[in-house]
Amino acid sequence: MALLEVRDLTVAFDTPDGVVHAVNGISFDLDPGETLGLVGESGSGKTQTALALLGLLAENGRASGSVRFRGQELLGLTTSELSRIRGSKISMIFQDPVSSLNPYMTIGDQLVEVLTHHRNLRRREARSRAEEMLNQVRLSDPRDRMRQYPHELSGGMCQRVMIAMGLLCQPDLLIADEPTTALDVTVQSQINSLMGELSEQSSTAILLITHDLGVVAGLCDRVLVMYAGQEMELAEVHDLFSDPRHPYTEGLLNSVPRLDQARSGILNAIPGNPPNLLQLPEGCPFSSRCRYRFDRCRERPDFERVSEGRYKRCHLEGIPEQADQGTTESA
Amino acid sequence: MRPPVLEVRDLSVHFTIDTGRFFRHEYQTIKAVDQVSFDVRPAETLGIVGESGCGKSTLARAILGLVRPQAGRVSWLGENLLDLSEEAMRGKRREIQLIFQDPSGSLDPRMTVGDIVAEPLKTFYPSMTRLQIRERVQGMMKLVGLLPEQVNRYPHEFSGGQCQRIGIARALVVNPRLVVCDEPVSALDVSIQAQIVNLLKDLQKKLQLSLIFIAHDLSVVRHVSDRVLVMYLGRVMEVADRDEIYLHPRHPYTRALIESVPIPDPVKERERARRALKADMPSPMNPPSGCVFRTRCPFAVDDCAQSRPALQTLDSGRQVACIRHAEIADGQALPEPEAIDPD
Repeated sequence: MALLEVRDLTVAFDTPDGVVHAVNGISFDLDPGETLGLVGESGSGKTQTALALLGLLAENGRASGSVRFRGQELLGLTTSELSRIRGSKISMIFQDPVSSLNPYMTIGDQLVEVLTHHRNLRRREARSRAEEMLNQVRLSDPRDRMRQYPHELSGGMCQRVMIAMGLLCQPDLLIADEPTTALDVTVQSQINSLMGELSEQSSTAILLITHDLGVVAGLCDRVLVMYAGQEMELAEVHDLFSDPRHPYTEGLLNSVPRLDQARSGILNAIPGNPPNLLQLPEGCPFSSRCRYRFDRCRERPDFERVSEGRYKRCHLEGIPEQADQGTTESA
Repeated sequence: MRPPVLEVRDLSVHFTIDTGRFFRHEYQTIKAVDQVSFDVRPAETLGIVGESGCGKSTLARAILGLVRPQAGRVSWLGENLLDLSEEAMRGKRREIQLIFQDPSGSLDPRMTVGDIVAEPLKTFYPSMTRLQIRERVQGMMKLVGLLPEQVNRYPHEFSGGQCQRIGIARALVVNPRLVVCDEPVSALDVSIQAQIVNLLKDLQKKLQLSLIFIAHDLSVVRHVSDRVLVMYLGRVMEVADRDEIYLHPRHPYTRALIESVPIPDPVKERERARRALKADMPSPMNPPSGCVFRTRCPFAVDDCAQSRPALQTLDSGRQVACIRHAEIADGQALPEPEAIDPD
């Protein structure tokens, strides 16, 4: 059985300008121990998907559909029911590590609180467990760190603390929302290898939200590509990179400048801009930017199975062979 | 080779901050930019890379005269900008323009796009008529890929990528010769980022601009730059031609930076041998003695703590500030075994 089953999840926000359709009916499964990447550009709904899973949407947000965690429906649970799951069975780490920690509490107290709350450990046991965890995420001098406040630590150190806190209760699922985006590249690489190692050693499944395809390539088993709150493509990581089946995935891969390849003259940018979530287009949301657009794109395509473990939302049979210059400019 | 348009020599920018508590003052100096020298040649793009806090933005501001350097020279076409009066400097600012990181935050929300792009014209060409200004603005908007009929719209009606196009139009409308781009694409999504990178490269060619392209994203810098300068804690670590620096980095820091960038290819990314750097960047208030990188350097030896390594110029024109660069290049120097982080 899948650890997490998301079915037809929609998230909408009531705003003074109208209803913002952030997530529009996405479905996916996550198996125990697996790392699934949720990829997309800003506004594609990846963060709202994660927040909806944990009942953390903003006040004006509404989620519908179904989210089953170990068979238990999460949508509609009360706050007290949810808080028994959050932090113990499912934990989350956020993009900005410094502001996710409480500035008034020492690192040690924040870690100990998690254990005394969820595991009913006594303080002394909790402290030694917390110290052990800090050691595991390779924070230097864990004992001294426990007495420090978040502002005394660098961004990379704070993110290690967040990871330690997320893993304290050995959760079944860790949701990591852009965990390294705010960090410098050398620190990012430290944190990524740490995450990779931890996911190998433990049986924790990871839902990794990121816009960085390089991070996805290094850490994920499967990848779900999102656009305008819908799934565009779902595939095993090697398949996705070597043989993208959705024009948006192809566009994303082509528009990234790469360090390992000699440069070509121009980058293959995807023309245009993402759609307005207040007024989603009728057909395929990507069609206005798609170079393979044809008549049928006016109808919304279904998210269909292509082969074992591969799904895509596109009317094209396959992406035409013509790896030539894409459109590069747009108005 | 044509003479450089911009020569920066031994430029230092120091900030004094008060770290005392309550009424006790303790002043400390942060050397944000510390004896930095480089050239920018006509119509070339110089990429400046480094992690946050390495001084790249302060360097940009010092070139434009927005912060007062402690020492050094900034020669623009042979004239030291630091000697100029405020009045004379204003004139030079037409020739050196700036593009900012936050595309929408750098536009006045209460001005129309037309007014935003026209404003530098009104400042630098007060004799232009309204008609001339309007024509120039509309021409500029077309050049950066905006529709001229959008002149009366406001910034909030545009996406991030379009706002950056407006920022570019505003910088280029006065015919500058050098444009300093401070993280121009880091706030943008990849698909949009590629559009803006293409636009900048295209405009540079058309208008024969010199660009200083400051970014933390090494892949983007590789794509746009002719030469690349690597900074760490306010100092220059290495300067070289783009392919030289990416294919054969000499400085251990350059090497570490390049090794840290994840590659969007699962096969390559998982096979890469990565020598993660130790620890975090030290505090700029209290930089290490000698070579500032030595505390994180896998090749560091005792000598590295003794004196500041000079920025040596090699035969190829490459400059590098490392006492062991030759051994490292020959493969003779191996990283200290215990220095390898278990990551």
